[in-house]
Amino acid sequence: MDTDLIAASVRASSPEIIVIIGACAALMLSLWPHQDQQKYLTWLSLITILLASAQTLQLSPRPVNIVETTYSGMFVVDAFATYFKMLLYLGTALTILMSGKFLQTEEAVKGEYYVLLLFALAGTMIMVSGADLLIIYIGLELQALSIYVLTGFLKTRGRSVEAALKYVILGAFSSGILLYGLSLIYGLTGSTQLGVLNSALATADLSEPMLILATVFLLVGLLFKIGAVPFHMWVPDIYEGAPTPITAYLSVASKTAAFAVLLRVFMGSLIGLEPLWSSGLAAIAVATMALGSLVALVQDNIKRLLAYSSISHVGFLLLGIIAGTTSGMSAILLYLLIYTFMTLGLFAIVILLHRDVRAGEPLTLFSGLAQSHAGLAFMAMIFLFSLAGIPPTGGFFAKFYVLVALIDAGHVTLAVIAVLLSAVAAWFYLRLIMLIYIQPAEPTTGSTAAPATGPTGHARAAILLSAPMRLVLLFSFSGTVLSGIFPAWFLAMARQASLSGLGN
Amino acid sequence: MPVDFLPVFLMVAVVSGLALFIFTLSALIRTDNPYPEKNRPYECGVDHVGEASAGLFKVQYFVIAILFVVFDVETMFLFPWAVVLKDMGLFGYIEMFVFIVLLLVGFIYAWVKGALEWEF
Amino acid sequence: METIILFAPLVGAILAGFGWKVIGEKPAQYLTVGLLFLAALLSWIVFIWLEPETRTITLFRWIESGSLSIDWAIRMDRLTATMLVVVTTVSSLVHLYSIGYMAHDENFSDNEPYRARFFAYLSFFTFTMLMLVTSDNLVQMFFGWEGVGVASYLLIGFYFKKPSANAAAMKAFIVNRVGDFGFALGIFGLFYMVDSIRLEDVFAAAPKLAETQISFLWAEWNAANLLMMLLFIGAMGKSAQLFLHTWLPDAMEGPTPVSALIHAATMVTAGVFLVARMSPLMEYAPYAKDFIVIVGATTALFAASVGLVQNDIKRVIAYSTCSQLGYMFVAAGAGVYGAAMFHLLTHAFFKALLFLGAGSVIHAMHHEQDMRNYGGLRKKIPLTFAAMVIGTLAITGVGIPFTYIGFAGFFSKDAIIESAYVVSDYAFWMLVIAALFTSFYSWRLIFMTFFGEARGDKHTHDHAHESPMSMLVPLGVLSLGAIFSGFIFYSSFFGDVEKSREFFGMPEHIAAVEGEGGETAGSSHGGEAEAEVADTSEHNAEETVVAMSEHNVAMAGGAVAPQGAIYMRADNMVLEEAHEVADWVKLSPFIAMLLGLGTAYMFYMRRPDWPRRLAEAQKPLYLFLLNKWYFDEIFDVIFVRPAMALGRFLWKQGDEKTIDGGLNGLAMGVVPYLTRMAGRAQSGYLFHYAFAMVLGIAILITWMSIGGGVE
Repeated sequence: MDTDLIAASVRASSPEIIVIIGACAALMLSLWPHQDQQKYLTWLSLITILLASAQTLQLSPRPVNIVETTYSGMFVVDAFATYFKMLLYLGTALTILMSGKFLQTEEAVKGEYYVLLLFALAGTMIMVSGADLLIIYIGLELQALSIYVLTGFLKTRGRSVEAALKYVILGAFSSGILLYGLSLIYGLTGSTQLGVLNSALATADLSEPMLILATVFLLVGLLFKIGAVPFHMWVPDIYEGAPTPITAYLSVASKTAAFAVLLRVFMGSLIGLEPLWSSGLAAIAVATMALGSLVALVQDNIKRLLAYSSISHVGFLLLGIIAGTTSGMSAILLYLLIYTFMTLGLFAIVILLHRDVRAGEPLTLFSGLAQSHAGLAFMAMIFLFSLAGIPPTGGFFAKFYVLVALIDAGHVTLAVIAVLLSAVAAWFYLRLIMLIYIQPAEPTTGSTAAPATGPTGHARAAILLSAPMRLVLLFSFSGTVLSGIFPAWFLAMARQASLSGLGN
Repeated sequence: MPVDFLPVFLMVAVVSGLALFIFTLSALIRTDNPYPEKNRPYECGVDHVGEASAGLFKVQYFVIAILFVVFDVETMFLFPWAVVLKDMGLFGYIEMFVFIVLLLVGFIYAWVKGALEWEF
Repeated sequence: METIILFAPLVGAILAGFGWKVIGEKPAQYLTVGLLFLAALLSWIVFIWLEPETRTITLFRWIESGSLSIDWAIRMDRLTATMLVVVTTVSSLVHLYSIGYMAHDENFSDNEPYRARFFAYLSFFTFTMLMLVTSDNLVQMFFGWEGVGVASYLLIGFYFKKPSANAAAMKAFIVNRVGDFGFALGIFGLFYMVDSIRLEDVFAAAPKLAETQISFLWAEWNAANLLMMLLFIGAMGKSAQLFLHTWLPDAMEGPTPVSALIHAATMVTAGVFLVARMSPLMEYAPYAKDFIVIVGATTALFAASVGLVQNDIKRVIAYSTCSQLGYMFVAAGAGVYGAAMFHLLTHAFFKALLFLGAGSVIHAMHHEQDMRNYGGLRKKIPLTFAAMVIGTLAITGVGIPFTYIGFAGFFSKDAIIESAYVVSDYAFWMLVIAALFTSFYSWRLIFMTFFGEARGDKHTHDHAHESPMSMLVPLGVLSLGAIFSGFIFYSSFFGDVEKSREFFGMPEHIAAVEGEGGETAGSSHGGEAEAEVADTSEHNAEETVVAMSEHNVAMAGGAVAPQGAIYMRADNMVLEEAHEVADWVKLSPFIAMLLGLGTAYMFYMRRPDWPRRLAEAQKPLYLFLLNKWYFDEIFDVIFVRPAMALGRFLWKQGDEKTIDGGLNGLAMGVVPYLTRMAGRAQSGYLFHYAFAMVLGIAILITWMSIGGGVE
């Protein structure tokens, strides 16, 4: 083998290598019993992520449209991957920051937590950089296996373990389907490399049954990961059962990576098959939005509510793919960024309000927040406004650009439906705001029908805002607000990333 | 197309034939002397508890099985690697080094965590 | 200067909202008040020395996406300037007033800091409102539009310990979302058709839109009409027009200064402003115009009729606002945008005055709002009484017919009624009857509050006291506005055709009709088509000739946006014709006003037992009015419950029956939550999940085989 080529490959994958080395180091560190172990592990993980992001930025292609392919065409470094990796670093780092407090209250401080998060990060990074279906699959599995364990991390809690089991079984099912689709594609074209697929499928006969099967299986495997209807069934259960920081991670980072793959595969390599999948995907997007928004209306558990909310956001994101244009793609990229900010911010607040897992997370956790913690209440309100898509928060622009792309592409009816359903979705976000601002805090939790305790119930214990939590809130809050004020700047980033051509 | 798979079919036939041949041969020439100790599953000196099919078996078996698989994979990787090491030179050496270090990290972890201790 | 006007309130809001802990609560209040007065002062300067041409001040590049690129810019013309004056003036006075009004509030305990927050919200509202009126493109306007919605939500729910306030805030927000949906669709539609959302481009394309058909929902529509209708639906939400009006009375749960600022003077008029702003498009959308007239006129009558029987002092004024907004829409729909803006201006003064006066009464009566518990307050709070009477004289349109002597409402309301007569008999009669009702409920309010015996809690009455100076000064200033604003601005907005053209910066074309009272208007300067001119001024032949000779001015470029703040097509002669209507038409609002006053006097001064007897004699009618025509109940049945039911259905049937159901649900289908918890322990669940996935795959494959294969 040519040494220069190998060196280039190693260099291109250096961020992944850094993360894996960091994970190994963290694993070794976790074996060393020490009272400050958690602090060291947090620092180690954060430094690893920082180094990796520095390396990613250093490798980022200039000018943006350069695509560097290594490992014999299996691994790619382009602006698209760079953007997504930065997004993943952000999501993972914020998750790590918000985990500390949660693990302490749950008495589940274990070094493996950080190790697994880092491995999951490495998996997602490989997913977004993979230029070969097999590499993507390996990244996906690395990520999924880590998350399975993290979902069941609260070993003594039935719900957590149960969620993990369900996730493993359904995840294995879906990844089997994905693998099946993959092998069919290989059988049809003789290659798993995305670049080759593109030309091989350009002249394919769209009524070929094998091709349809392959497309469906690939699509379903990825739709499962992002939780689109009807492959969303796992989402509410796993979101509810998993430790809250992991729920946040699931709804942000792992979804982001899956979207990267979906974009790379379907808007890059399988774009030739668009007539085949676009109408089906449109139906799925609408169903996803509708189900997410409507079922969320009647939820009484905050994590379940957020699960359905994330389902409806996924529906909206899928619309960007249906637009099928570069502007649709950059809209998705921007949406994912803003979604990361606002979702993590809200989850951070949920964690702050969390008392212990047995009590669950009823919506009433939020009630009376405005009285006891005005600042937190305000932030929660901004995050909720943003999730509902109300200007001048970032969430509005996220939706706005998707809609513009959709209308530009001529899908006016879809845009109308999307606007309507997001109006429905606004309702349950507003209901939360109402809880925050109207109702007095309740002394007991668990029951939504508990009687009010008079106008000034000070049942809530003081919330201790640790430094990492402050950092999380600061990041997510300023991200949400700034993207609402200077959307053009954020969009410019997303645009650059989406212009990198996706290998075609 | 099926012609291309001929070697595979041949391989399958030879392997199953060989297995059949060996089993038959040993059944023909061995002495048959069953007694209770010998008939118990896992002829390894450890008493079994309950029925495996009821889901009750010592979890240590599982852990060791997993470790076994891991090192099995390592061996599977090492054999072809050893064959072409000369052609690959330094790069091949480093590659295997990385692989074994990764494995080692996992092994150390398992060891320190007590996965190799046998609890009765 | 415009930039300072726009951002002064924002600076105030940020400093007061986030910095009050540093600078203290009192300084935060004074700071916002000071900044608002600065903005108001500058606005008047801008208004008076406004140049006729439209100017655009670009602040920064804002949104860029594909063919869409938007700057954040200020569009300065007469419409903007008028709104600037209205918004900043009323807002600064309300800020000042709030210092006194919010000094003590029983909704908060003593050590709770709420004042700085209130002022921050008020200033934030003002900023978003200014953003709305200064925008030069529809997206920026939409931002302001939503921004005022958010600010209004925050302020209505300001007493967050009162459940009713929170419910009202939610309601306001959600009803407005319905309207916003129409507005957003309109914007998207315009973008789709014109490929730009800058007002300039939209206006320029208006004639072309009028000739385009687009398909939407189930049918083909004329583009201009459809888009204008959609935009108007947004306006209906914000301006509380019929069907979307239900939130406005409930919004009175907010503190009274908020009602005065947002729900009387500024935010609710945003809809009227939008219609006037879109006048170049309106002029090409005849059906939309008719629709607006009908909705406006019906709302005016409806709200006024409900106002007759309300007992809460703020609700009376709220319905009055709703009704007056109907008037403005009639004028705008009739194509007399000047009259609409004129009424908007005068209404802002006298309605803010009434609200602040009502606030002063409520303040004096320790937050009692039921008029049945008032009475005889004339001597206790004489200054407030004087202000309220001035406000009532203004809203009922007291003045001497055929002269230029009268209160503000006399000019603006009569202008609208005259315009309405020209376009539609229906609208005219609705408005005249509404004027009668207006007069009745306004005087009823005065009589019940200030005259007669003291009713209600004796202790409260004994301690009724005049409000502090900070509350009386705004009342005084607004009284001046309520008295003089009509007289001063009459000719510019409506009275004199020539002058108002110049005022709104419209290019000089047709004016070949008589001015008011038979005197001939100034020379005409050419029109677009002689036929139209000839039609309208048959008894003025010599001027027609002049017009014909110079008619070639405005025919040039078809794709250039029309000049000026508002645009009236050459064949839009309503303004001119309105000045020529018969004398009895001009007299009719005056008569209606007198009738209303007389009835109110009889009912509440001479024979106080009459109202009760009438209510008993006409019980169904009375209940119908008292329950606001049962709109809330109807909406509840039609919209709210089905939505909830659908959500519950999907949850129960989709999530529970089909999934939990199968194995465990049959046994324990009692309490949904328990079922779910118990069901979770079983793995039967998973089977269903996987089953759903397989089903999904099957459907997808079928879909693609059928759909994809054909294409």
